[in-house]
Amino acid sequence: MDELVSRILSKYPPDKKEGLLPILQEIQAENGFLTEEILSGVSGHLNLPVNKIYGVAAFYNQFCFHPRGRYHFQLCHGTSCHLFGSSTLLGELEKHLKIKAGNVSRDGKFSLEVVACMGACSQAPVIRVNETWHTHITPEALCKIIRSFKDKKE
Amino acid sequence: MTSSGAIQIKEFLIEKVVKNYSGLFDKATASTLAQIKREKVSRPVIYIGMGTCGLIAGADKTFKAVEKYLHEKKIDGELVSVGCLGLCTAEPMMDVQLPGKTRISFQHATEEKVEDMLNAVFHHTLLHENAIGQYRMPLTEEWPGLTYIDQLPFFALQRRNILRNTGIISPLDINDYLARGGYRSLFKTVLNYTPEKVCEIVDQSGLRGRGGGGYPTGKKWSMALNAGSDQKYLICNADESDPGAFMERALLEGDPHRVVEGIAIAAYAIGASKAYIYIRSEYNHGLLVLQTALQQAREYGFLGENIFGSGVNISILIRQGAGAFICGEETALIASLEGKRGTPSEKPPYPAEKGLFGHPTIVNNVETIANIPSILENGPAWFKSIGTSGNTGTKIYSLTGKGKYSGVIEIALGTKLSDIVYSIAGGVKNGKKLKAVQLGGPSGVCIPPSQLETEIGFESLQEIGASLSFGGMIILDEDTCMVNLSKYFMEFLQKESCGKCIPCREGTKRMLEILEGVTRRPKEENSHETLERFKGMVQLENLAAVIRDTSLCGLGKNAPNPVLSSLKWFREEYEEHIFDRICRAGECHNLRTFYIDVDLCTGCNVCHKKCPENAIIGSVKMPHFIIEQKCTGCGICFDSCKFSAIFFK
Repeated sequence: MDELVSRILSKYPPDKKEGLLPILQEIQAENGFLTEEILSGVSGHLNLPVNKIYGVAAFYNQFCFHPRGRYHFQLCHGTSCHLFGSSTLLGELEKHLKIKAGNVSRDGKFSLEVVACMGACSQAPVIRVNETWHTHITPEALCKIIRSFKDKKE
Repeated sequence: MTSSGAIQIKEFLIEKVVKNYSGLFDKATASTLAQIKREKVSRPVIYIGMGTCGLIAGADKTFKAVEKYLHEKKIDGELVSVGCLGLCTAEPMMDVQLPGKTRISFQHATEEKVEDMLNAVFHHTLLHENAIGQYRMPLTEEWPGLTYIDQLPFFALQRRNILRNTGIISPLDINDYLARGGYRSLFKTVLNYTPEKVCEIVDQSGLRGRGGGGYPTGKKWSMALNAGSDQKYLICNADESDPGAFMERALLEGDPHRVVEGIAIAAYAIGASKAYIYIRSEYNHGLLVLQTALQQAREYGFLGENIFGSGVNISILIRQGAGAFICGEETALIASLEGKRGTPSEKPPYPAEKGLFGHPTIVNNVETIANIPSILENGPAWFKSIGTSGNTGTKIYSLTGKGKYSGVIEIALGTKLSDIVYSIAGGVKNGKKLKAVQLGGPSGVCIPPSQLETEIGFESLQEIGASLSFGGMIILDEDTCMVNLSKYFMEFLQKESCGKCIPCREGTKRMLEILEGVTRRPKEENSHETLERFKGMVQLENLAAVIRDTSLCGLGKNAPNPVLSSLKWFREEYEEHIFDRICRAGECHNLRTFYIDVDLCTGCNVCHKKCPENAIIGSVKMPHFIIEQKCTGCGICFDSCKFSAIFFK
């Protein structure tokens, strides 16, 4: 972890505050999430208090502070998906995955995120599981998808 | 292609095309150019639409299937990935161009269907049913019995200027753009015009900013040019985060060099040597395309130091947003670029005087920037000829919702909304009735059918409470509940409010609470809440007025828009929700009570099996019943009944 942070930090000039977002983005892209240690490492490099950095990181939707599940469900809740019934899908997802939006299941297998818009409006409603897209989803199709992941042996 | 061949093409394009102001070529040049533009091909070329929407629909699988097909049949063909043509309902799209024949487009080219389609084309036999049209290509023979793409209803009324290359050229190949006159404007501008002159030309063209209040772009640039500072910045705002708007993404992914050229010209015009592109973090594919485009532009010497030997330096950096809706506002965007929380600040001072790191900064959105190259190439008079006086040029929209066709469109200003809804989108699908057109997403407005004769333009849209900066156009049919939609938008805005000013932070929360009360399940309500619900409508209007008048930035000022506009045009729906406790569209789940018509029910047992709450009882071949106490009103039984035996009140 330390090695990763110092490798990324070395690419950015110290004390340059505008590098904060790119640094956090790059660390998150590799590590998957941010931790207190990471933030204090960045704080030393940019000469910014940790609470300031936390304030910035917590402001933006992109940054998360806990690891994702092995199967990360993203439900699009854009206007088009909303019109085609993504609210019902959200209910189904929460019920079958047994987690609320934004949370990770206790065994770390599933996580659920609601995204503002993925821009696939003509194929609404859409969900993405890790890197795979599923379009024109109906509640039944969704149940099948969830079941296929639940049955997966690891 | 060998590397020496690539260098030859590069030199040919720079010397003969970019540096040729007139755009008139001798015969030999024109012939070589036609080959580079693939107007004349010597081997089959297959184009696959690989924009984000195409990829979601499975274009990458199509690509692999075509690759395999060519390999197996031993066909020496070229496979080109292009951007999105805009007709999203037809994705994934594949175009095929045989030597001597025009280029034809296929819709729904999924991996299973590709073989059939290609077999038909390569044997010159009857065209596949999925062929939707052919391109106009004067040098080649046309396919008989196939309409031209520009005659399809979706394209016929469009006026494609900034989108003219998207879906047609390869976004990953700078030569494709150069062969169509790309970067000629930059060359002409940097070597012939002073920055003052560029501002003047843009001002004469009447171009007004497409992202916000519609301020004349030329005037805005002059302000920054005349601001005395040794360091200035240009920012291209590609943080398009309205749910339902993706037209700028289509442009960036389909024709990135047009945006890069526009940025370079704009930076030169205001005297900035450094420009930023602030791109939305979700646009992974767009980011990749843009990075490639910048790399190529640098290699060709169109960016960097001393471009075209003129002594002008321009560098462009990409910054990724981090998923905050508010960062579409220019001062919030600047704060975000400085590494701070993306909260807006008060204007004045305007960014043109004091912006990024305290230096004069111009923020233009992608669409405004993309107009620049063609204005400088064809002159302000040409640009003025598009649209109406005072509203010159075109506007791009992402058209989605319940229309027959959806996708990204570009129309000349002055086009009527009804033309877009009924001609381009082809009306409402499944024969339903049009309820409204939602323009602009969460900070936008609902426009009822009675107002559809409105022309697209800055002032005309303002009259009905909308704005030209709204890029998402969503067609709503009779099954849409306006109250539920307003609640959805309010939820979004409430979540995305940055929290800096109180009217927006607290006001949106209160408005959401009122809307939640209005759509609450009658059984779960206590007496106090009933009173609150009755007061809701008056409070909504009062609150909306306060938020609109006292918020700091555009997000807050526009936050009450969806509620105000739907209250204005669809007041009876609110009243039904509040007083009669019914939702005529049946979208508000909490207000629905389902019943089974015993005469129609055949006892097929499907609803019983599908009901997630086990609220339906009944044995096979006997009429079923719904236990009201258990029913959550999800409507799954309603959707699954094949005999229309389930109804709601």
